[in-house]
Amino acid sequence: MSVLVDKNTRLIVQGITGKEGTFHAKGAADYGTVVVGGVTPGKGGTIHEGWPVFNTVAEAVEKTGANATVIFVPPPFAADAILEAEDAGLPLIVCITEGIPTLDMVKVWSKIKGSASRLIGPNCPGVISPGKAKIGIMPARIHLEGSVGIVSKSGTLTYEAVHQLTQRGIGQSTAIGIGGDPIIGTTHIDALKLLNEDPDTEAIIMIGEIGGAAEEAAAAYVKEFVRKPVVGFIAGQTAPPGRRMGHAGAIISGGQGTAAEKMKAMRDAGIHVVVSPADIGAKLAEVIGR
Amino acid sequence: MKIHEFQAKAILAKYGVPVPRGEVADTLPEAAEAAKTLLAHGATGVVVKAQIHAGGRGKGGGVKVVRNLADAEAAAQKILGMQLVTHQTGPQGQKVQRLLIEETASIDRELYLGIVLDRAIGKFVFMASKAGGMEIEEVAAKDPTAIIKEVIDPAIGLAAYQGRNLAFALGLKPSQVNQAVAFFQALYKAFIETDASLLEINPFITTTDDKLFALDAKMTFDDNALYRHPEIKGLRDLAEEDPLEVEASKYALNYIKLDGSIACMVNGAGLAMATMDIIQYAGGSPANFLDVGGGATQDQIEHAFEILLSDKNVKAIFINIFGGILRVDRLATGVVAAARKLNVTLPIVLRLEGTNVEEGRQILKESGLNFEVGSTMKEAADLVVAAAKVVA
Repeated sequence: MSVLVDKNTRLIVQGITGKEGTFHAKGAADYGTVVVGGVTPGKGGTIHEGWPVFNTVAEAVEKTGANATVIFVPPPFAADAILEAEDAGLPLIVCITEGIPTLDMVKVWSKIKGSASRLIGPNCPGVISPGKAKIGIMPARIHLEGSVGIVSKSGTLTYEAVHQLTQRGIGQSTAIGIGGDPIIGTTHIDALKLLNEDPDTEAIIMIGEIGGAAEEAAAAYVKEFVRKPVVGFIAGQTAPPGRRMGHAGAIISGGQGTAAEKMKAMRDAGIHVVVSPADIGAKLAEVIGR
Repeated sequence: MKIHEFQAKAILAKYGVPVPRGEVADTLPEAAEAAKTLLAHGATGVVVKAQIHAGGRGKGGGVKVVRNLADAEAAAQKILGMQLVTHQTGPQGQKVQRLLIEETASIDRELYLGIVLDRAIGKFVFMASKAGGMEIEEVAAKDPTAIIKEVIDPAIGLAAYQGRNLAFALGLKPSQVNQAVAFFQALYKAFIETDASLLEINPFITTTDDKLFALDAKMTFDDNALYRHPEIKGLRDLAEEDPLEVEASKYALNYIKLDGSIACMVNGAGLAMATMDIIQYAGGSPANFLDVGGGATQDQIEHAFEILLSDKNVKAIFINIFGGILRVDRLATGVVAAARKLNVTLPIVLRLEGTNVEEGRQILKESGLNFEVGSTMKEAADLVVAAAKVVA
């Protein structure tokens, strides 16, 4: 099994006629994801690369029976795209867009928190259940179907972990890129909960980074509820305070959000924390006895 | 994006937040003129304040309170042009290019106000504390209950009752409460309408004649929202930023200068941070954070090289690319062309993964340049640390 995406996913692409939207719609379809159409306001009624294009998300859902959307809309319009997807009742919304203003996300979050829609991202690589389907921009070929779940704020670092596993012949159930922004729809805890409840995920890799306190909260959750082995890594152990390391969320401020604090909280929760990013795959192999 | 105190006060004044009378001075005659004017208009003293982006200016000697024109001139002479060192500037300090000359206030109490995002709940939080004038982080660490918080509903804004809660919790007099509520609401309005990411008034003062002032003001803005605030974008002071970081930002490169000797070029922020970590783990120290992004065109790689090479501490370069969509052969061609064009003589260690990785490695090998390729991140990190030691 897997979580969030699988063979039953029926995906629409918001921003399908754009360069990114087109490229990744094809990538998803090539991997076996059922892509049923797309939305570009003003281009409704046209056919793009064989897919029907709709003016609104509501119309796309009505005509295609979509149950998931992926957003490739430029930052000034992306918050609106999320709201539209939620209003159309889509259960899964994956927002790839990087650079959405925080204030826009504060408003979006106050609307969709607790709604029936799950938001992944923004500023994330998306979700893949290897061998089944993918929603996002991750390179499909590095993945292998299996039973390790991955949750990470960082795209390329997720690829790194996946690659290390695949090279050892260890497959993945679902890899969830939750995004590097200060406000994200699905946090480490939410993703851990999903992977913990998935019967076919036997072990979990959790990758965090400096900034905020989400990793500490996730560690507390692991300590209380997760009995599957968890391997953890925190990026930014050498980052100086007060400097934003690429991701809007990756900043040590007011002495909070340091890698040391997060690693300690994770170790205290029984998570197998690796200091070097090169050891993620080896440590996972070790803890599951492979 | 950061701005200066005088710029933040100008924004706040526009929203009706009371700030002390004052003027900005770039030169000594301007400073003298400003002090003279304030003293002539009833100020009982003036404050000469260094305008740099870092905090802790008072402790570093960048703020002086004086009673007369001669002392004001002497203070301005001392501060303008000085290399001001604070806990936020690093040991080299920051050159003071500008002063703010303000009238003094008859301070009764020094308090703290701040607005920040609480990530855990996804809402902005208005904070207040009786412990004004101190580092709020220290206050929070010592006694978290000393900070009073009101969570703001984005659809409502800071409600009047929340303002009253804060005012009463701060122990303000009944005669000050209505003023305070208007003050807090004006701060929140300024914060929201400018897409600020942080607003701090430290100290927020009450005066002996029951008035309220923002004696200091710090504002930073959400970089992602600057596109809709050209007037704020225009307040950026490049002289306050590292020249290499300014150069990098022109080419959409995310670069932060650090103190080590191994330059890094990486795609993705998380991997870039992890690369810094693995260098340290291998016994070296990173010279920078650099995320070239998902595209990494030849032009970008060339500029990235130029920036990395202009840091004189750099002894070796580590290129760590996990090409998702990016084709490794194309990247390798770009790296070779850039290294040739710029005549790079420092050792370069690469770790490349992605589509067409074999072709990419071949291109590097055949270039005849000083490249080494590590097959894993760890191997590459060990190679680059060793290479940097040889050069050193």
